[in-house]
Amino acid sequence: MIRVVGAVLLLAVSGWAVATFPRSILVFLLFQGSVLTVYLTPMSKWLRATLLAIALLVMMPVIGAHNGYYLEVATQVGIFVALALGLNIVVGLAGLLDLGYVAFFAVGAYVWAIPGSPHANLIFGGGFPLPPMAFYLFLLVGLVVAAMTGILLGLPVLRLRGDYLAIVTLGFGEVIRVLANNLDKPINLTNGPKGITPIMRPPAPFGLSYPEFFYFLVLAIVVVVILVNRRLEDSHIGRAWEAIREDDLAAQAMGVPLVRSKLLAFACGASFAGVMGVVFSAKQVFINPESFTFLESIGVLAMVILGGMGSIPGAVVGATVVTVLNLQVLKGLSLWLNELKNAGVTVFGFNLANLPTQLEPAKYERMIFGIILVLMMIFRPQGILPARRRERELAAPEDNVVKAAAPAQATTP
Amino acid sequence: MSALFEAREITKRFGGLTALSRVDFTLESGIASIIGPNGAGKTTLFNVFTGLYLPDGGSVTFRGRSLLGLRPDQITALGVCRTFQNIRLFGNMTAVENVLVGMHARVRLGLADVLLRGPRFRAEEPALWRSAASLLDRVGLRAQANAVARNLPYGDQRRLEIARALASEPALLLLDEPTAGMTQGEAKSLMELLRRLVADLGLAILLIEHNMRVVMQVSDRVTVLDHGEKIAEGQPADVQADSRVIEAYLGTRAGARRDGRAAR
Repeated sequence: MIRVVGAVLLLAVSGWAVATFPRSILVFLLFQGSVLTVYLTPMSKWLRATLLAIALLVMMPVIGAHNGYYLEVATQVGIFVALALGLNIVVGLAGLLDLGYVAFFAVGAYVWAIPGSPHANLIFGGGFPLPPMAFYLFLLVGLVVAAMTGILLGLPVLRLRGDYLAIVTLGFGEVIRVLANNLDKPINLTNGPKGITPIMRPPAPFGLSYPEFFYFLVLAIVVVVILVNRRLEDSHIGRAWEAIREDDLAAQAMGVPLVRSKLLAFACGASFAGVMGVVFSAKQVFINPESFTFLESIGVLAMVILGGMGSIPGAVVGATVVTVLNLQVLKGLSLWLNELKNAGVTVFGFNLANLPTQLEPAKYERMIFGIILVLMMIFRPQGILPARRRERELAAPEDNVVKAAAPAQATTP
Repeated sequence: MSALFEAREITKRFGGLTALSRVDFTLESGIASIIGPNGAGKTTLFNVFTGLYLPDGGSVTFRGRSLLGLRPDQITALGVCRTFQNIRLFGNMTAVENVLVGMHARVRLGLADVLLRGPRFRAEEPALWRSAASLLDRVGLRAQANAVARNLPYGDQRRLEIARALASEPALLLLDEPTAGMTQGEAKSLMELLRRLVADLGLAILLIEHNMRVVMQVSDRVTVLDHGEKIAEGQPADVQADSRVIEAYLGTRAGARRDGRAAR
């Protein structure tokens, strides 16, 4: 009870603090931490859902009104949460190491970018861009096309495992990026490295601003993705995926059709990325192949591993941590170091102003991120929030009732 | 009339090595055992029966239907399921989840049922869990239902593998050395369990076993393989007295000892 009150208080205080100090990154981090605290504190299912809804549906947009950048951060976090959840199915549940996952994101992005911009007139003559309302239809089209791409990738690599699969998927990811880079001739499909712009957006409903609209849209999709993920995981399909991860030969001997199950995993994982790709292209207005590099695939994989493989809350937290690290914490750190340098602060008798350009603080960002990853893998290899087996368990023999998907409490650190 | 399970003239070669040579095997009901020294081809025969290997010659039929060319999961769906010599549980999943995976071929739900959680799903999923509970009960692992499989003691893992195989509702159960590593007492209680399964479920069971005491007690029929060939078949007592069997296990004074280690 005390912990519940504490969590609520923390949420309220941090919300107030962000409104008071809209420029402070630390305060915004406190708000994010309070949302996580609410999630992890043992309380009734409905209370938790209500608090999370207040935090994400009311407080976050208000915070966004004080500092618009935070809303952008939250939207990006949402996009990466969906990507991490999609990859979590493929890598975390089915155990198929996919290093080219961002390719499906790219497919979704181009699926809307081409017909949603005047660029398509170059290919099909006139009639483009499509009416902005077609965007909603294309969320579905992006999903289907990405899922089919997932199956296309899945078919030739079904026999491969582990390292071999990783290499082929890596190649696939690069193929998609190189295609996007070079399909400006003979037919100008993607406009090559110059990218496509302007991409249509649907009119924002209810008088929302575009950042708010995309924030709520991404949030809605993330909620659906989480729901789909949970339902898949708590079913014979999810169990079959996990069995394949544990021992595919034994899984097949127990009646799991390997081909169908693996293709389904690829298709499901890809479909989430496809939907988010469509949203991403509309949100950005401009896309080019630079957004879909190998490093992005690795980034999403890092989110899944950092959060805890096969764990839905883990993927959510992992995506949040990595995105916030990249967008805010490391940037903030390098800005701060830069200020110290410009101010000519002396450390251990060495004046930072004399720092050679090769040691620019901005160059530390990736290094620190790498160090964090290494330390995480050494000290907590199972991830931040590892999959919890005990959520789905069989009740004691005497009552012989099945307690499926009990509220996620039990083990709070 | 065709038998429940019938294999004819199974031949399997690995390069120059003939692992199985024209082996015939028929099973109608009850418990049959395959014995033989190490390397005799017992597990290879299992792998042919369950679709892991395609034989170079011969036929395998189950309920009059050929199993050749079918995938292992299709064979399991038809009603032939197995356990493995080196335990192959899904280590990071709980005992009950292992059993639930075994039911995969019997689940009649599609992707839409799972995503929408309609009445069919809400009826079937709890039913799966209930029957998983009763299967765990049957093998005496009800109390360990929520334990992660790899943390279970060795004997329990063997029992769990049997429960997982039973979950696919097989008519024929193939057990590859189920008592390996068990004490004589554990082995005895496992054999009682197998007897009960035959009596309660009308199951036919085919065993690979090294534990002779177990084999002689529990089997209705014994088949002896040596160097990929069937050298004897019949009632346990008759097989035990067969001179070729004794020779295969212990060697003759004149002949070179082939492999005595298996004759524990």
